[in-house]
Amino acid sequence: MSEQQKNSYPKPKLVPVPSTNIIPERDVDKRPILECRHLGIDFGGLTAVDDFNMAIGRTEIAGLIGPNGAGKTTVFNLLTKVYQPTRGTVMIDGRDTAGKSTVQVSHMGVARTFQNIRLFGNLTVEDNVKVGLHEQMKYSALSGILRLPSYWKKEREAHEKALELLHIFDMQDMAGYQAGSLPYGAQRRLEIVRALATKPSLLLLDEPAAGMNPSETAELMNNIRKIRDTFQIAIMLIEHDMNLVMGVCEGICVLNFGRIIAKGTPDDIQANPAVIEAYLGKQKEA
Amino acid sequence: MLIFLNHLINGISLGSVYAIIALGYTMVYGIAKMLNFAHGDVIMVGAYICFFSVSSFHLPPAAGVLLAVIACTALGIVIERLAYKPLRQATSLAVLITAIGVSYFLQNGAQLLWSSNIKMFPSFFSSQPISLFGGELKITIAAIVTVLACVVIMLALTWFTGRTKMGKAMRACSEDKGAAQLMGINVNATISMTFAIGSALAAIAGVLFCSVYPTLTPTTGSMPGIKAFTAAVFGGIGSIPGALLGGILLGIIEIFASAYISTQMSNAIVFAVLIVVLLVRPSGLLGKQIREKV
Amino acid sequence: MKKIRLNRTSRVNFATFGAVILAYAIIQIMRSAGLLSSTVQGQLVPICAYVAMALSLNLTVGVLGELSLGHAGFMSVGAFAGAVAAAALPIPSNALRLAAAMLIGAVFAAAVGTLVGIPVLRLNGDYLAIVTLAFGQIIKSIVENLYIGMDGRGLHVSFLENRIIFRDGGRMILNGAMGVNGIDKISSFTAGFILIMLVLAVIFNLVGSRAGRAIMALRDNRIAAESVGINVTKYKLMAFVISAAMAGAAGTLFALGQNTITANKFDFNTSILILVFVVLGGQGNMWGSIVAATFLTVLPETKAMRGLADYRMLVYAIVLILVMLATNNPTVQDFINSTFRRKKKKGGAAK
Repeated sequence: MSEQQKNSYPKPKLVPVPSTNIIPERDVDKRPILECRHLGIDFGGLTAVDDFNMAIGRTEIAGLIGPNGAGKTTVFNLLTKVYQPTRGTVMIDGRDTAGKSTVQVSHMGVARTFQNIRLFGNLTVEDNVKVGLHEQMKYSALSGILRLPSYWKKEREAHEKALELLHIFDMQDMAGYQAGSLPYGAQRRLEIVRALATKPSLLLLDEPAAGMNPSETAELMNNIRKIRDTFQIAIMLIEHDMNLVMGVCEGICVLNFGRIIAKGTPDDIQANPAVIEAYLGKQKEA
Repeated sequence: MLIFLNHLINGISLGSVYAIIALGYTMVYGIAKMLNFAHGDVIMVGAYICFFSVSSFHLPPAAGVLLAVIACTALGIVIERLAYKPLRQATSLAVLITAIGVSYFLQNGAQLLWSSNIKMFPSFFSSQPISLFGGELKITIAAIVTVLACVVIMLALTWFTGRTKMGKAMRACSEDKGAAQLMGINVNATISMTFAIGSALAAIAGVLFCSVYPTLTPTTGSMPGIKAFTAAVFGGIGSIPGALLGGILLGIIEIFASAYISTQMSNAIVFAVLIVVLLVRPSGLLGKQIREKV
Repeated sequence: MKKIRLNRTSRVNFATFGAVILAYAIIQIMRSAGLLSSTVQGQLVPICAYVAMALSLNLTVGVLGELSLGHAGFMSVGAFAGAVAAAALPIPSNALRLAAAMLIGAVFAAAVGTLVGIPVLRLNGDYLAIVTLAFGQIIKSIVENLYIGMDGRGLHVSFLENRIIFRDGGRMILNGAMGVNGIDKISSFTAGFILIMLVLAVIFNLVGSRAGRAIMALRDNRIAAESVGINVTKYKLMAFVISAAMAGAAGTLFALGQNTITANKFDFNTSILILVFVVLGGQGNMWGSIVAATFLTVLPETKAMRGLADYRMLVYAIVLILVMLATNNPTVQDFINSTFRRKKKKGGAAK
């Protein structure tokens, strides 16, 4: 972490909303959807993430990049409480998530996809989305077992809603397929649809373009923008495909060895010597 | 106080038997990641072989034990080759059911071969206990031999897994079979070896168990098998010191529960303690907590 | 890609219901025509009870995806609660008394299931399995030391030793390890059939509903399920308790079809037996459980097996091992998959 970086993040105890500088202008007047302050976690003696400060605007598409092992997925796991942070706070829409579980954070409006796809492989595509709709379409287990009217009503709604969501990626024809048997790209897309079904205000995408070819990636890029525009939500993504990151992200945060080494617009990041060093190594002095 | 000591000694002695059986469970689980439910029945086979060599063929006890060890080792390898090896890639539940099938097979085979009549296992050790404190504290020879056997086996196994090439191969296999294979370790041979050692220990445990509880039937192995398995989980399955600790504690708890609380409920108390321990330490006393990678 | 047609699941469900009804009708006709031997007739109620047990365990093992090695414990709770209820309840109609006893059996088993489930379901995998095993043993020990008697003043319960003093006309119902004797055999094949239909309806409707999807989502990927807001404990417990309740009802049905029941009847071996039904029938496959439970309960009683006399259980064990080896053999699996898939494609094309 360079001196320059340290200076741009004053001690947060004094400043209530740090690092708002990279929030898109349109979101500045609204409360940021995500705010991390001094977030950190240790595994045993190893510090995986340290002093992670970040704010994301309500309709921002933010990128989290960094070399392998930098701690990007760990950040996602901290945000979704798969791991409980050792230090620092995570605020979702201004509410502290201290002591909350993964389930509670999901109810607060955070949805995610996984680097190593985690679908409900034995369920159909439609049922995967319906599981995402769990909190939206409520009826008791008893009315399900007894097939009371509320069951039929809510199930019909869920069915329609699921198809509508699948339509985003043009997957409505696959509704009856078994999720585990879908091709790789479709599985990644289904994970996004399932996450969207929870009606999130912040969507975390962990390497959404992994394993995709350039044309699929370009399509995904459009879809990410489309999702933001349609649902008016914030999206944060981890990605190694720089074309996608630079093309779609508004604010980018670069992580190396668990610490933020740079923050800024795509142009700032591309010109940042610390980032180039992290990715390519230090240039030998001639 | 002396009564308490007496119970403690009995508990440690019984616990040592459990520990020896638990070692078999834990080693197999550590490497093959399977619950070998037939392990308890290997104990029974070992006890029968020793029984017949001594009472029918009038061999000396040491020869009987040796025969039992050899036969059980062979049995363990054969079971692994025929029933478990083809299922290396199958789900753990499929392997479990197969192990149950093997267990039924051994029990019913024993019943056909040796009938379900109770055999009284001969006592190899002098029934005259060593009396201390003017006869207040009695220690049977069997108890001493059992504890000694347990200690020797533990030391030998610790040396074996820590120092020898085969032992290191075993540890490598239990960490990552694929990587071990890439490093040139013969995984199949290593698994066979594990079964061989586990079954040899089962034979010794069978003889020791029957020296204390001399009624031998085809189902003799079931209950100590279940309890030793519990002991292995109690100590942290996959861990050799854990099996020792779990076994000894289980033995002590069982004896104390039946002496001080209720004889009929002693088994229930043993299992209740297991549940409490697992709730506090979900991977057992010495087990490693594995974090799922997300 | 494997395509599951939208109504495929419901078609399988209806076919299962249909097959059960058909089997019931055929057996009833054969019975009235006197084609069934008394041995087989005597087996009808136990078969129904084991089928219901297998179905209920399949909810835990197949749908929830957790291994339970103590399912007979819930059967035991249902059996003894039901047997005591049937002996104590002053309902003249046998059918009503049976229904009430089964309900009580189910309620007691569900209560024990909740008690067991809350701690157990925090554990994972093999640890969960061993704790269910432990609970099965504890339930057995408790029942073996439980004494229940009844006289004019009502029920008397005593634990560990029989301290019950009757006033007038009192009698023991549950006598510790001696169990319950002289049971009024009010279970019938029809009751068993109705129980199986109810259990099937509950499982199918649950699986096809919001709660069932949540349970299966937990099975397929717990972390992903949590990430979309599924409450792990709630849905695991729900599946576990429903499973226990159904096992309890099956236990009552079983008990009230016997002269005598003891706690020994519901030990670890019974838990394993039922697990074998579930695994052989296929996890999550309900008609598979029905077929496996029926077949394996009847198999040792058939003439061919009886001819084997002493070798019967040995053959049973060998069959079990061979079936497991065969069904998990890659070649056999490929064969099953290829025939299965060809059928699917045809179905898809027809659509």
